[in-house]
Amino acid sequence: MAKPARTRKTTAKKALAKKAATKKASAKKPAAKPAAGDEDFVLHSLQDAHEKSPRYDASDDELMKFYEQMLLIRRFEEKAGQLYGLGLIGGFCHLYIGQEAVAIGLQSALNNDTDSVITGYRDHGHMLAYGIDPNVIMAELTGRQAGISKGKGGSMHMFSTEHKFYGGHGIVGAQVALGGGLALAHQYNEDGGICLAYFGDGAANQGQVYETFNMAALWKLPIVFVIENNGYAMGTAVKRSSAETEFYRRGTAFRIPGMDVNGMDVLEVRNAAELAFEHVRGGNGPVLMELNTYRYRGHSMSDPAKYRTREEVQEKRDHHDPIEGIKKTLLERGKTEEDLKAIDKAIRARVAESADFAENSPEPEPSELYTDVLVEEY
Amino acid sequence: MSTETQNAPEAAAENGERRLNMIEAINEALDLKMSEDPDIIVMGEDVGYFGGVFRATAGLQEKHGKSRVFDTPISECGIIGAAVGMGAYGLRPVPEIQFADYIYPGLDQLISEAARLRYRSANDYIAPMTVRSPFGGGIFGGQTHSQSPEALFAHVAGLKTVIPATPYDAKGLLIAAIEDNDPVIFFEPKRIYNAPFTGYYDKPVEPWKKHRDSVVPEGKYSIPLGKARIVQEGEALTVIAYGTMVHVAEAVCREKGVDAEIIDLRTIVPLDIEAIEASVKKTGKCLIVHEATRTAGFGAELSALVTERCFYHLEAPVERVTGFDTPYPHSLEWAYFPGPVRIGEALDRILEA
Repeated sequence: MAKPARTRKTTAKKALAKKAATKKASAKKPAAKPAAGDEDFVLHSLQDAHEKSPRYDASDDELMKFYEQMLLIRRFEEKAGQLYGLGLIGGFCHLYIGQEAVAIGLQSALNNDTDSVITGYRDHGHMLAYGIDPNVIMAELTGRQAGISKGKGGSMHMFSTEHKFYGGHGIVGAQVALGGGLALAHQYNEDGGICLAYFGDGAANQGQVYETFNMAALWKLPIVFVIENNGYAMGTAVKRSSAETEFYRRGTAFRIPGMDVNGMDVLEVRNAAELAFEHVRGGNGPVLMELNTYRYRGHSMSDPAKYRTREEVQEKRDHHDPIEGIKKTLLERGKTEEDLKAIDKAIRARVAESADFAENSPEPEPSELYTDVLVEEY
Repeated sequence: MSTETQNAPEAAAENGERRLNMIEAINEALDLKMSEDPDIIVMGEDVGYFGGVFRATAGLQEKHGKSRVFDTPISECGIIGAAVGMGAYGLRPVPEIQFADYIYPGLDQLISEAARLRYRSANDYIAPMTVRSPFGGGIFGGQTHSQSPEALFAHVAGLKTVIPATPYDAKGLLIAAIEDNDPVIFFEPKRIYNAPFTGYYDKPVEPWKKHRDSVVPEGKYSIPLGKARIVQEGEALTVIAYGTMVHVAEAVCREKGVDAEIIDLRTIVPLDIEAIEASVKKTGKCLIVHEATRTAGFGAELSALVTERCFYHLEAPVERVTGFDTPYPHSLEWAYFPGPVRIGEALDRILEA
């Protein structure tokens, strides 16, 4: 039984590789290296293609938009940190500062009419990347009725049906399995959509992630697994928690192609996203992307981040900051410091408005406790 | 016996002994047991290098070494499964699940393996492990950092479930749990790690150091699992609680001048039904308080037991004040929390009956 099955698989895989190669050749991206005789071609063909030309060729307008979106996340998160300090945000709050290029680079390549997104608890940036009104996000953080989940979810648990954004999940890794289900629904409905399932380097060690990998590869589900590797699972450095720290290789046992991407450069992220999404949309099954990034702040607001040095953080800020990087490119392309200052000013004003809105919105009525538990009120 | 253990810290206070908060008491229990028994291993997410997100394991790795106090990946099923195997082979693992809300991936291992190993091997193998986990709300954790899932574990034959309410008890019960040869779920009410909480959330919090039960003797002592603590004796009614709610119930009775007999269960399995029965037969009235959701909560079991055993002594219906049957909300935390208003109303109803 084992032998014939193996033969079938090899044949199918060769056909797949051939198909991928043909597709690549006809696309504007440079062709990946020949597949002939290479058993594992599909496992690294995407990475090869990405490495050949890693940066997305953005127009001036696109570049400016990336800049504005990333800056909005940065300023929003800084404000959230302040509101937390003032006691207006309670409980848990995980800031996305430093990781902005990941959500913007990936989500800018999605088809917003068809594709779904799901992520973990560090979710503010992913929502802002959609252009969701900062007011309703900030109001959710402060637990107000006007919040996008009526204040009942809080920072970690936010959703938007309008954007097919499936949350915001507080249990580490649990959302990945749901992502598998979203992808299965895309496939079943034949709606052309793909699912983008984000999780962290810490979540990558949860067993259910691998159950999902297997099903996704077995059924060729349209899903892109995105590991946002920010170096630390809460307070535990990657090398102290993970046997295989090159996370993009973790799908290999399931024949899921991996991509190793610089998550601090929005143009590299966008470039890799296009390759991955095209592969998945082509019915070839899942892709696993590792986005190497860095969070400047602690895991949550109560984390003093004593497990790493000040110098390490400063080095990332000084030499790898995703916003500073794009700013440089913008200046090279003729934008002036004044132009960019004006943008920053407008974004700060927008964020301040969201904080005012959140602060001045009422808390939910106590009757909201019992709504949305089951279909009927009870 | 209950009265005896209650008097211990008070006597100690007179001797001018030291006071600890709950975190320090837990840390000391772990340190002490590790020093005396090389089979004890502490493992969990961020427990080693970082010392635990609530600092319960601070300093243990430095003192006892990386082979005995170590960080695990974020893999609750794997952590608990490994602990079962370690226990079966003769070690005494004390895994930490960082929040009780994270324990569910490990439920299969807890229910189908840890709880059943002794029974299905006819006592050949056991799983002597203590799963420590912070639980309960009151810190704005929202639905994934606030839950009280104790009833799930009480429902599983083969597990013991312990919930301390004071630093003195936390140390003594944790030592007993670690020494116990069965798997123990040790839920630590995180709202009262650093200070007891009266439920009057808008009033200033008094630190543990001012509480009589924060006197923790140095050295080893243990509190037997299954022995409740009479927090205060009284005649008007019996109030049964555990964890954070012991302090809330106590504060409300004090505020209202109710002569309640307050029982802190300390362990819900095994349950000190004798202490409950004796008290309710004396007072004739019973209020049960817990933070967990109401339906099929542990209060339902308590209410059934009290009714079965004390029916002819009861002068009022047994009442429960609990969390609502909803997920723990992020906002509206104090509307959800079964605080002074709801407890006060229930006391009024029972006492008027």
